[in-house]
Amino acid sequence: MSTTVVNTGTEGKTWGGGNRPLNASYGKMMMWFFIVSDALTFSGFLAAYGFSRFKFIDSWPIADEVFTHFPFLHGVNAPMYYVAFMTFVLIMSSVTMVLAVDAGHHLNKAKVTLYMFLTIIGGLIFVGSQAWEWGTFIKGDYGAVQTKGGNILQFVDTEGHRVALRDFVVVDAHAERTQHERKEGLWFVSEGTLPTYTVEEVLHGLETHDNILVRTQIIDEAGEKTVLSRAESLKQIKEYGKVVVEGANLHVNEYGSPLFADFFFFITGFHGFHVFSGVIINIIIFFNVILGTYERRQNYEMVEKVGLYWHFVDLVWVFVFTFFYLV
Amino acid sequence: MAHEHKLAIFRGLVKFKSNTQKIWGVLIFLTFVTAIEVILGILKPESLMGQVLGMKALNWIFIILTIVKAYYITWDFMHMRDELKSLRRMVVWTAIFLILYLIFILLQEGGYVFNVYKEGFIKRDF
Repeated sequence: MSTTVVNTGTEGKTWGGGNRPLNASYGKMMMWFFIVSDALTFSGFLAAYGFSRFKFIDSWPIADEVFTHFPFLHGVNAPMYYVAFMTFVLIMSSVTMVLAVDAGHHLNKAKVTLYMFLTIIGGLIFVGSQAWEWGTFIKGDYGAVQTKGGNILQFVDTEGHRVALRDFVVVDAHAERTQHERKEGLWFVSEGTLPTYTVEEVLHGLETHDNILVRTQIIDEAGEKTVLSRAESLKQIKEYGKVVVEGANLHVNEYGSPLFADFFFFITGFHGFHVFSGVIINIIIFFNVILGTYERRQNYEMVEKVGLYWHFVDLVWVFVFTFFYLV
Repeated sequence: MAHEHKLAIFRGLVKFKSNTQKIWGVLIFLTFVTAIEVILGILKPESLMGQVLGMKALNWIFIILTIVKAYYITWDFMHMRDELKSLRRMVVWTAIFLILYLIFILLQEGGYVFNVYKEGFIKRDF
């Protein structure tokens, strides 16, 4: 090795190397710059959400009426409690992460291991909750009818409470329509799952139940959705009703504007993907901690770097929570 | 490897004895803020439904509380408080400037498109 140049003769000078600009190590600084760029990606999504919402400001779904479910409490109206719980879980896992970083500064391997483990558990609970939230959202609850113009018509009783299609629509057993599958006809033509009811059945159900009214997407001055009169309700369904919508996908959803579901899937999905990769990275670092990699290095900075990423995921969720669920 | 932490939050109003204590203190504060948000979101007090600068007063409160939460997550959990001022400004002001710019453009445009559909001759619902 004697032939290798070890010294440049410029040590101690500004450009001699070994300096740490901004007093941060290379890895930490790059993690910060990555976070800035990722923050811009997320703000792009959220700003696009804001754009669509401002475009449909008088007919956007009201989040309180969409996210009303809580696991194991079926039929209980619990707006936002579950999301609040998820937020708390994520903040809590952020806390255990920062405690792991702190224990790393004291080179306390046992404590780093414990706190990293708790962080991973918190992350898994969050991802699981999000999966449940998606499941509930996709499945839907009340069902609605979409008009030719793409508007969503929902059903309420005379007191303004939501009514599900299953409560007043009866399937006409004689008018059975089977789902077309590729094996039964043209092999290159197929169709998606058929809704439980047809528009005619919904109309029939509406005609036979005097206490059911149609609620449109339009938000009135009081900030509530407009409920139509009985005659107008029948007219809307009869003249404009086109498809029955149950639940949500990328094309239609029973909650209102299709864009609402698109943004829901895209933004919470992208965030969930971040949480998921965060959990994977945390698991890798967790095993490194157990194996004593950082113990030998006498430096737990890796924990600090994944910590930065993990807190960032929490930070994004705080904004998603506000703009998707609260505002 | 010196790890000095600045242990005072709220501009020096609350001082903690150790970093661990500060973490728990910040957690309590963040939980408190989230609880306020959820309670306001469920109650929706009538007095906060008035329009302020083109948006409901309640929505402004939510946004401000969110930024407060974001501040404490970044400053105390991500240790921004302990970084050099130059790093802090590079990260924070770059992001804030670009995000505000983007939000302004997109929301302005969204409001414009809404008005075109509402008052113009273009129709999307037949």
